[in-house]
Amino acid sequence: MLKVTETQEINFSKELIAQFDEMVQRYPQGKQKSALLPILHAVQAEYGWLSPSAMDNVAEYLNIQPIEVYEVATFYTMFFLQPQGKYVLEVCRTGPCQLVGADKIMDHLEKKLGVKEGEVTKDGLFSWRGVECLAACGMAPVLQIGPDYTYYENLTADKLDTLIEELKKK
Amino acid sequence: MARKLLFEHINVPGINTFDVYRKQGGYRAVEKALKSLSPDDVVEEVKKSGLRGRGGAGFPTGMKWSFLAKPEGVPRYLVCNADESEPGTFKDRYLMTNIPHLLIEGMIVSSYALGANTSYIYVRGEMMPQIRILEKAIAEAKAAGFLGKNILGSGFDLELYVQPGGGAYICGEETALLESLEGKRGNPRIKPPFPAVSGLYGCPTVVNNVESIAAVVPIVNEGGDEYAKIGIGRSTGTKLISASGNINKPGVYEIELGVSVEEFIYSEEYCGGIANGKRLKAVVAGGSSVPILPANLILKTTNGENRLMTYESLSDGGFATGTMLGSGGFVVLDEDACIVRNTWNFSRFYHHESCGQCSPCREGTGWMEKVLHRLEYGHGTMSDIDLLVNVAKQIEGNTICPLGDAAAWPVASAIRHFRDEFEWHVTHPQEALKGNYGLAHYADPLPQIAQTV
Repeated sequence: MLKVTETQEINFSKELIAQFDEMVQRYPQGKQKSALLPILHAVQAEYGWLSPSAMDNVAEYLNIQPIEVYEVATFYTMFFLQPQGKYVLEVCRTGPCQLVGADKIMDHLEKKLGVKEGEVTKDGLFSWRGVECLAACGMAPVLQIGPDYTYYENLTADKLDTLIEELKKK
Repeated sequence: MARKLLFEHINVPGINTFDVYRKQGGYRAVEKALKSLSPDDVVEEVKKSGLRGRGGAGFPTGMKWSFLAKPEGVPRYLVCNADESEPGTFKDRYLMTNIPHLLIEGMIVSSYALGANTSYIYVRGEMMPQIRILEKAIAEAKAAGFLGKNILGSGFDLELYVQPGGGAYICGEETALLESLEGKRGNPRIKPPFPAVSGLYGCPTVVNNVESIAAVVPIVNEGGDEYAKIGIGRSTGTKLISASGNINKPGVYEIELGVSVEEFIYSEEYCGGIANGKRLKAVVAGGSSVPILPANLILKTTNGENRLMTYESLSDGGFATGTMLGSGGFVVLDEDACIVRNTWNFSRFYHHESCGQCSPCREGTGWMEKVLHRLEYGHGTMSDIDLLVNVAKQIEGNTICPLGDAAAWPVASAIRHFRDEFEWHVTHPQEALKGNYGLAHYADPLPQIAQTV
């Protein structure tokens, strides 16, 4: 069941709109809907998640129905429909990563951060979740952090601790 | 050392930049194609090369190209499938990270061959760093006159764009990818019509994997006949293999098709043997979708021949005793790996990634995950094992796209070859929670009787 957290209306900045303008140029005339995924990524990079108001604004910009945005945003797992921690640690949980210890990494993360999968830490800094194969099986276990989707590879409990401390200092 | 066609220069410092790539002979294929070959000549070279789609299906690339409809006045599109999401596969990410211009060069030559003036590289959304790398490489190539209007004075125009996905495995299926590129949910389309007739925006479209497009560069440079000299039979050229799991040297290796599986696993040139001095239990040879094989069957065919890394040898014996080369995602499981857990893990993946369009896949993947979870966590019954076989059978062949098959095959093959390990989970639930079944008989020499079957 989809839960939607209502938020205040937002207005996209000129810079963000300029990014959209560049994106829609990539497709033939009348096919601007193709820019939907790149635009949603840009919005999420800016706000950390896709609020209903943000999705409605995207629909208006692309001149499509809001439902066309919602159905895409709910289909693709990279899009967050709830506010997240500033850093979302996404740990690969599939096949090869699991063979070399992804479960232990997630157990460690849960203890270290003190929140369950999908929850946000009290300071608002972190949330985490298991995700499916990240195509980095040779460097397993691995996790990614958006919005740049930097990969952290060959993870150990110690490396994870160091990473979290570094992110806290940022 | 095996011959390298794609990764010959991958260790040259700065090969990810235009200048260094060019100094190493990069973009020669563009010059050769645009100045001295017609588009049909390029298609002909690719046909002669015997190149087969490197994304997993293994369909001959030249033949796929020759199916492209060419109605007057209708644009044609080339779309590169860089949605690499098959568990166990990470070769395309490696290629795009380290030698992005090889893909750009391949895209230019292939677009020329197909008569496409706008082409897209659809990259899975999680690969944002690779998207930035490709965008930079495209800008460099454009500045050097290899993209844009009238490339090298040939009259050929090409604009190349990178499109991010959103984290959906299904978008690796070519019609789902096209839907996604049109800004929609990644629901596979009913075929026919095939993309070669009606693809992106309803126009004739070719969708090719990153590695297939990269392979066009050496094929044009050296000629299709030269390329076809490498390999065995209908498995020509080199293939990128993503090696992972319980091995000493996980990574991406370019092999000449035809190297033996045993050499690939144990030689220092490739995987370097099983990690921590353990013994080999099983291999998933071509990405999570292909049948898993126990150690004895992956090393030898039932005829007693060495199993080779080719399309034909890996599938020798059909699904009864063989598997597939697939995408080349080579996952090695050692004696401590639990087959039930591994199968449950893959099932969870397919359940998560099913687009939900076809009932057998949407419901079946969920049930397989549930039943496997129950077996893995000590609540299974003997009839659950047969139930899994039954569900897998009902999914296979009954869906619009191959995700259903891909979900069914790992389960069916795990039970086919490791049934006693599943039964042990039922008879020894407490032990199964703490320990594992071990190597058992899975590496024993094949029984002689198999030769007469």
